[in-house]
Amino acid sequence: MEIFHHLAIGFGTALTAVNLLYALIGALLGTLIGVLPGIGPVATIAMLLPTTYSLEPVSALIMLAGIYYGAQYGGSTTAILVNMPGESSSVVTCLDGYQMARKGQAGAALAIAALGSFFAGSCATILVAGVSLPLSALALKFGPAEYFSLMVLGLIGAVVLAHGSLVKAIAMIVLGLLLGIVGTDVNSGVERFTFGIPELSDGIGVVVVAMGLFGFAEIILNLESTEKREVIKTRLKGMWLTRSQLREAAPAVLRGTALGSMLGVLPGGGAMLSSFASYSIEKKLAKDPSQFGKGAICGVAGPESANNAGAQTSFIPLLTLGIPENAVMAMMVGAMTIHNIQPGPQVMTSNPQLFWGLIASMWVGNLMLVVLNLPLIGIWIKLLTVPYRMLYPAILLFCGIGVYTVNNTSFDVMQTAFFGALGVLFAKLECEPAPLLLGFVLGPMMEENLRRALLLSRGDALVFATRPISAGLLLAAILLVLVIAVPNIRRQREEAFQEA
Amino acid sequence: MRVIRNPRDFYAGALFIVIGAATILLGSRYTLGTAARMGPGYFPRILGILLIVLGGLLVFRAARVSGARIPPFRWRPTLIVLGSVVLFGAIVRPVGVALSTVILIVTASAASHEFRPRESLVAGVLLAALAVGVFVVGLQLQLPIWPGQD
Repeated sequence: MEIFHHLAIGFGTALTAVNLLYALIGALLGTLIGVLPGIGPVATIAMLLPTTYSLEPVSALIMLAGIYYGAQYGGSTTAILVNMPGESSSVVTCLDGYQMARKGQAGAALAIAALGSFFAGSCATILVAGVSLPLSALALKFGPAEYFSLMVLGLIGAVVLAHGSLVKAIAMIVLGLLLGIVGTDVNSGVERFTFGIPELSDGIGVVVVAMGLFGFAEIILNLESTEKREVIKTRLKGMWLTRSQLREAAPAVLRGTALGSMLGVLPGGGAMLSSFASYSIEKKLAKDPSQFGKGAICGVAGPESANNAGAQTSFIPLLTLGIPENAVMAMMVGAMTIHNIQPGPQVMTSNPQLFWGLIASMWVGNLMLVVLNLPLIGIWIKLLTVPYRMLYPAILLFCGIGVYTVNNTSFDVMQTAFFGALGVLFAKLECEPAPLLLGFVLGPMMEENLRRALLLSRGDALVFATRPISAGLLLAAILLVLVIAVPNIRRQREEAFQEA
Repeated sequence: MRVIRNPRDFYAGALFIVIGAATILLGSRYTLGTAARMGPGYFPRILGILLIVLGGLLVFRAARVSGARIPPFRWRPTLIVLGSVVLFGAIVRPVGVALSTVILIVTASAASHEFRPRESLVAGVLLAALAVGVFVVGLQLQLPIWPGQD
């Protein structure tokens, strides 16, 4: 079996001392920021990107990936113990996890969350390994027209599943694409939209954009609200699951894993969507749905497995097609680009150790999280008692040093502050920053593929509709928009009608 | 009758229209080329037009469907947070990591409504030691620790 050969390469890479260390650092940092509210994986990855310059690319990516799935674990810990979702993907875990904790079953809830996550992570890792080969082979047959259409589908897919206004989200993508092409045009050498500023001739850095929109803006918005965060004390007892609880939760873990694995692959999918979908399915399937919201163990086991599976499989489009499907994956694209790796189907053949090493490290990292997390819970809870007024200046400091050291210039810090202000403005206008980041990393690639596709077709734009794969991808994108937009329009008509 | 029923959509739309128009205007200096031989101005032109169309859609919709008001801007946290980081970026090289960290922590802490000057000074000194230890000694980033070392 070829897949075992590949996994052997992967584990050979992931199990070296250096890479184990970086997987551990990533997983621990991820758990830390998952526990702490007010800083998410996107800002953290942006913060740490500059420090990975000197590392081997595979070590850097292993660490950054660890932050993402570590955050899932950390988020669920605080959701269960203090009813506060550290990450958006653990919002539903609060519902039943915290109720279990109140009933004195905090240990059981944490254990099933960790075990479910580990099981889901293991299955998803195998899935990633299995699906990657055929998908990459398919993607290598893609011409520029197909690639362009795929990116359109990826970007559209990423926003239709998100909440909020579709028009705004698409506009944010376009704005992101535009920001992405600032700098020297590779084909003509012309500097575009640089306003004569020499620092901009290399383009705007992904760290600058992500840290401004996701890091600084988040801090400012948190400071605007004057409510105080409560510090809650919980007692930990009953650290382990009973046999009957395990039997009850096992099917939910299986369902959550399957659901999360599927939803994770979809553009716009990933951890958050998976956990919400799993919760509603568990509630529908339950013998006694009234138990949900009162401490049903399936309400913890299902979503927790699903979000971890989804987090893992959302690497599939990135690794095989080079298309990020959420903001964290966009940061991974940024990380690969910084290390001179063009994300896409060729990574698997040109850089097999990186590719399979990253996949294997996900499993290793998940194992570390299970082993480490339960004993470390006491420390994470202590950290929650640090008040926000002391936390955010420290976050700012790490952000500041991170941005400064990308190019050792204060210009980058000013740019980041600009994007921070922009992020606050966007939040007030209810414009999500994630689509902008996706557009930003895809901008140059999209222009290049559009250019090549039209060059090959001698300027005939119909090439996107006449090549079957490209046409299918575009059709899927249009269908997605219609599915979302049509009920929206109808609803708005009704609202307008009622007001008139 | 109010013309702007949904201020958030209206101003978001207006912003996109302005950016789109500026893109087309500024981008007019770049060669457009043809579809088959795209110049550097071609793709930005498409994006600019798209932004204007999408912004127009938002503005149009804002006049018909009502929505929530824009939450008020609070200038104090915005200005202090961003200002303190920009200041840090400007002084970190001449003044060194140690002192600029203390300055950053104390000024940034003032953005919170529960600002405690003495506490932030202590935190600043501790974090300065941490920053020097992790970034300069540990990660070997090329940053001066004290003033005049650059």
